[in-house]
Amino acid sequence: MIPEIGHFSLILALSVAMVQAVLPLVGSARGNENWMRMARPIAQGQFLFVATAFACLVYAFITSDFSVLYVAEHANTELPLQYRVGAVWGGHEGSMLLWVLMLTGWTMAVSVFSRKLPDDLIARVIGILGLVSTGFLAFILLTSNPFIRLMPAALEGRDLNPLLQDTGLVFHPPMLYMGYVGFSVAFAFAIAALLGGRLDAAWARWSRPWTLVAWMFLTMGIAMGSVWAYYELGWGGWWFWDPVENASFMPWLAGTALIHSLAVTEKRGSFKNWTVLLAIITFSLSLIGTLLVRSGVLTSVHAFASDPSRGVFILILLVIVTGGSMALFAWRAPRVGLGGRFALVSRESFLLANNVLLLVAAATVLLGTLYPLIMDALDMGKISVGPPYFNKVFVPVMTPLIFLMGLGPIARWKQASLPDLAVRLRWAFGVSLVSALIAPVLMGEWFPLVSMGLLLAFWVMTTAVVGLMRRVRRNQEIGRPGLAGMTRSYIGMQVAHFGVAVFIVGVTLVNGYQVEKDVRMNVGDTTEVAGYTFRFDGVAQTKVPNYTATQGYVQVIRDGVELMVLHPQKRNYNVQTMPMTEAAIDTGLTRDLYASLGEPVSGGAWSVRIYYKPFIDWIWGGCFIMALGGGLAMSDRRYRLASRSKAKAQSDAVDAARNLATEGGRA
Amino acid sequence: MKSRHKRLAIVAVGLIGLGVATTLVLRAFNSNLVFFFSTSQVAAKESPQGRSFRLGGLVEEGSLKREDNGLTVHFVVTDTAVKIPVTFTGILPDLFREGQGVVAQGKLGSDGVFKADEVLAKHDEKYMPPEVADALEKAKVVNKQMSGTSLANGAAEAAK
Repeated sequence: MIPEIGHFSLILALSVAMVQAVLPLVGSARGNENWMRMARPIAQGQFLFVATAFACLVYAFITSDFSVLYVAEHANTELPLQYRVGAVWGGHEGSMLLWVLMLTGWTMAVSVFSRKLPDDLIARVIGILGLVSTGFLAFILLTSNPFIRLMPAALEGRDLNPLLQDTGLVFHPPMLYMGYVGFSVAFAFAIAALLGGRLDAAWARWSRPWTLVAWMFLTMGIAMGSVWAYYELGWGGWWFWDPVENASFMPWLAGTALIHSLAVTEKRGSFKNWTVLLAIITFSLSLIGTLLVRSGVLTSVHAFASDPSRGVFILILLVIVTGGSMALFAWRAPRVGLGGRFALVSRESFLLANNVLLLVAAATVLLGTLYPLIMDALDMGKISVGPPYFNKVFVPVMTPLIFLMGLGPIARWKQASLPDLAVRLRWAFGVSLVSALIAPVLMGEWFPLVSMGLLLAFWVMTTAVVGLMRRVRRNQEIGRPGLAGMTRSYIGMQVAHFGVAVFIVGVTLVNGYQVEKDVRMNVGDTTEVAGYTFRFDGVAQTKVPNYTATQGYVQVIRDGVELMVLHPQKRNYNVQTMPMTEAAIDTGLTRDLYASLGEPVSGGAWSVRIYYKPFIDWIWGGCFIMALGGGLAMSDRRYRLASRSKAKAQSDAVDAARNLATEGGRA
Repeated sequence: MKSRHKRLAIVAVGLIGLGVATTLVLRAFNSNLVFFFSTSQVAAKESPQGRSFRLGGLVEEGSLKREDNGLTVHFVVTDTAVKIPVTFTGILPDLFREGQGVVAQGKLGSDGVFKADEVLAKHDEKYMPPEVADALEKAKVVNKQMSGTSLANGAAEAAK
């Protein structure tokens, strides 16, 4: 009964979505206010139906209802409760339902938090989101329905893939989808602006916080996936340039370009067309990501099932969304106008360069991801593009980008002067250079690449300090509190940039100083890695309801002191009879110690992996600091739309005061 | 006039930058492509010498041998038509089994032994890498033709 309610709700949601796609859009085109006002309640109704469907599926999983095919394929009575909930999106059908739940959730949020926006704009935004949602609901109902019954019901489920039986499953996909799908709001705002022919600073101000939230979730989602891969897949890397990782990374790169471009549009009125185009590109890349992951063309952890009809369906959706919006862009964009002019050396130029570099990076990832698929489709041989390509391309693209990250926030809008920038940043550069030259020596050995990576990281940090100090001084000059007088969006920007610096430190030091050792160890054998001694003390069997495990004991010794025992496991899951390596990791601020069991070799000896990973947690720490920065910027008071008119007056006053102060400081 | 020159300069710099980036990317791209070959293709000398490629097929039953000391393993990869011996030093992925599909990346030695630097993991018990499935499919066709001809030969001989 419950699954039928879910199925029925999903059908209702599709009908509502179709109404949502038509009524408000037609209403706004004809100026019919009643039809426009329908947008909000319809969007909320659609969310209610999708949420009901989703709740029904969760219920089917919690009660282990194996008369539902999807549940029988992805759960088991012995599966712990939290994984049973996670298993809802552990397969293709459920994860698509999660996708739509997120989409309708975002639409609902737009309908609730945008009370002050003009009716026709909101009607367009919600209408466009309704179009997207119609496509995906039809996709679920026609090709991937999670509520299909299994007759007769299975006695026992086939269980969830053991790789997915982890806390990572509970958090990583929802976070990632929040981000992925969240860019649909920025997309809808852009298309709505094109339709209405009104692209102005106000539009940028409305769509900026939504984009920031989506970007924040995507950043966290990707970071969580990376952590998960690091400890679960058992070979200690944090990024594999796997096509599916790339699928989430491309929208991130484009989305990062978008939030910077939106800032210019909001503050200066420039880049309007470019911003719209970026919003379209970002969401299209999200859709390409969905296509790649869900169509089964890729082989990876994430590709569940391959059914050609699904791939074709998403491909058609992609063509309609991207093609349609690009055509609309070509048709309407010339009317939108260019906006403010700026000089060759100015903050606008630096941000433009940032945008171009980010898009070049996204394009290189796209090339490396799609090329093998195209070659295969044309029957021109089977190839793969591995990490060496991406590493080789990313360093030269990212180096100038990060260098500009130091200049951008300091440079003045409209016109800046290079000598002036050089004078202001000479100390920052000197300090970064000297510390970058010395720091690797302290780590034990000097490598040019490590020095360069650290130089970039220190450069971002020191220029952030210079920028902050200037603001504080300027605020004090006009008699306002130093730090407290800064806008949250400015602090958020600096925090996010600082996060990038932390991230670079992590990547640089891991790549420069990690030690990876595969050894054969008898009971009592020791091996030395980076000053730590690892002693293998044998294995023992343990048993849990859904798997049995061989647990190893690895004693870590430093300077004769026994520090800790690591417990790596080799698990064997009962239902899928699939062996799984569970690494044991001792996490630390400056290093991770990582041990995992290979296989029994002969006479009690095992092959064991011992890794020493310096500063690896800084990689994810940096990502979360970036996300925090995004959150801070989003919570800036000028975006709080409830008291928009008041806040606008205030922030205008602040801007005016700031311009005065800048001019005064320069004179 | 001056602003027009400036704009031209910007466009020129942009184009040069784009050109440099494209060249860099394509060069990196070309030198890092890894091709996939089945054992039959390797036997037909289609695979490159001295360059890394991927070899795929089934791990032959009973072929896995471990050296006593150290972590070097030897096994045979086959597409059911042609067999290629492979050596690998390191820890094999969890789902590496005899009789199952495998993809190894490395170079072909002059002695005809494939030295793998990497043996790729599968993520699912039922999963067969599509490249391998494809290679097996092709080999099956070849096998059928061969057994077909030998049957025909046999029939012809019996008729004599």
